[in-house]
Amino acid sequence: MAFNSADIGAFKNVWVFCEQRQGVMMPTTFELISEGRKLADELGVELCGILLGDNVDGIAAELGNYGADKVYVYNSPLLKNYTTDAYTKVIVEAVEEIKPEVLVFGATNIGRDLAPRCAARLHTGLCADCTHLDIDMPNYKDFLREASTLPEERIEKLGTVKINGEDHPVDRDLKMTRPAFGGHLMASIICPRFRPAMATVRPGVMKKRECKKDVEILHPEFALTAEDIKTDVVAIEKAAKKLVDLIGADFIVSVGRGISKDVEKGIALAEELADVLGGVVGSSRACVDSGWISADHQVGQTGKTVHPKVYVALGISGAIQHKAGMQDSECIIAVNKNESAPMFEIADYGIVGDLFKVTPMLIESIKAAKEAK
Amino acid sequence: MKILVTVKQVPDTSGKVAVNPDGTLDRASMQTIINPDDLNAVEAALSLKDELGCKVIAFTMGPPPAEGMLRELMAMGVDEGVLVTAREFGGSDTYATSQILAAAIDTYGVEDDDIILAGRQAIDGDTAQVGPQMAEKLHLPQITYAGEITKEGNTLTVKRMLEDGFMMIKVQTPCMITCIKELNQPRYLSVGGAFEAWSKPLVTMTYETLKDHPLIDATTIGLKGSPTNILTSFTPPQKGAGMMLEGADKATTDKLAGILAAKHII
Repeated sequence: MAFNSADIGAFKNVWVFCEQRQGVMMPTTFELISEGRKLADELGVELCGILLGDNVDGIAAELGNYGADKVYVYNSPLLKNYTTDAYTKVIVEAVEEIKPEVLVFGATNIGRDLAPRCAARLHTGLCADCTHLDIDMPNYKDFLREASTLPEERIEKLGTVKINGEDHPVDRDLKMTRPAFGGHLMASIICPRFRPAMATVRPGVMKKRECKKDVEILHPEFALTAEDIKTDVVAIEKAAKKLVDLIGADFIVSVGRGISKDVEKGIALAEELADVLGGVVGSSRACVDSGWISADHQVGQTGKTVHPKVYVALGISGAIQHKAGMQDSECIIAVNKNESAPMFEIADYGIVGDLFKVTPMLIESIKAAKEAK
Repeated sequence: MKILVTVKQVPDTSGKVAVNPDGTLDRASMQTIINPDDLNAVEAALSLKDELGCKVIAFTMGPPPAEGMLRELMAMGVDEGVLVTAREFGGSDTYATSQILAAAIDTYGVEDDDIILAGRQAIDGDTAQVGPQMAEKLHLPQITYAGEITKEGNTLTVKRMLEDGFMMIKVQTPCMITCIKELNQPRYLSVGGAFEAWSKPLVTMTYETLKDHPLIDATTIGLKGSPTNILTSFTPPQKGAGMMLEGADKATTDKLAGILAAKHII
């Protein structure tokens, strides 16, 4: 029988695409497995990973530590390196055969290449770069009470959407929440008429949680030949310098346009402060666009989303796009010459002053405070 | 050989953004710009044109005023514009948008030595989905996140950026590539170009033009044909302001360090 994405009743279980590169699982996979566990429990179904690669059974077993019931593993030399064509073909045919109701990917440069291609072939909906997922309506409403400015009456009334003039209940639909318009608005998207409901999820947002399961590794048959692949990967290179790990950092000292007076010194001060705190250096988009610092340092809507223990913003005015990537930090410290900088609106502690003068003193004060302990 | 570039006119989200009381964007009050990543795609097309003398055609889907953007691109050197516009296309999500754009591109015609370029993503939605979905509908190979493109005969070699490095990928035309800002520095429009822009051809494709294309169907375009629906949209609450410390001298930084230590933050 032909695959029909509109035959909603035929679909069951939550799937996570488990991205690996060079045989190593991407950290975001474990975050997604943990989040997928929550969704599967809310739906009362199984959580399955789908893993493509060459000889990757070994890393499939790791997924049982975070709550996967099953992992579908597809091994082939043709799947060793990511190609859009091979990965799309294998995933789409697996979905057509086994029919999961939810399918999530990490919103990495690979996930965001692969997921739209699969969604277009399957004729289903896809929501990009989600920062929050829910199934249960009461949980979703609690989330809105916390994370939105919607009045209680509006939240209370939610429960159906109008589709072609008819009320459609959304109790079992995946509610995919994401920032839009550079973080000025949030939108919750659903895919009510087709399955699987598909989402890419921003790395670093979901929390990894241990949850031991006796994971079952399965090897379904699949068809793939070299002729299916229209692109030729001739080389894969790792970045020459070690990239900064913003997502895993507890302390981030970020620089903004305020360092323009003396870029080198501004970055050196940020590095020194980050060293004293035991953290790393981040930056606003302006510094990356100006070529002052490499793109792996960028925090914000088009950069990384971070939630460190302490985020120090040196000379960052606080554009909404930047705030979207760091406002959930546990403690925000802002140093800015301009007392009306929007960053002060969300800062826990603010100092109005020249970062070139304040930062060296702050370094000394923090050193002294740490030594006094 | 020709290069087809898809572009989008977007509200400028880098400035003040106005939100209606119902949580939707007040588009009327906002400036529109050419989506930044799309300018990199246009520049990539124009550099290939400078080198090879091929024709560059810009496609956009949007309301009729988007013609102004197409004229701007013509002033930069684009040879022709295609405006895809119809009430029936309104409310399309990325799936439906890619159906329509693919139908428009297919109607215009894709030959064996053609290249389709798009920006990585638009700043209003930040989805990065329309490029790959369009490539799928056109049955073309795709390469996203292009940081370098070189062409030899009908083979393109693309440096495809990853978070932790890059891949070098070879692909044959026809193919679809999405471009990132690291690819190039978009050129300015020239005075001569601005003058010529108004005499260059601009084609409008409406629902009537495309309705017989196999990709165009009431169930696959517009609001009704979009697989995704918005359940709710909202503005996030502002985090309350914290403590502004007095002064900006050593006593101030000592006080801050003291608070952080007392709270066991450091």
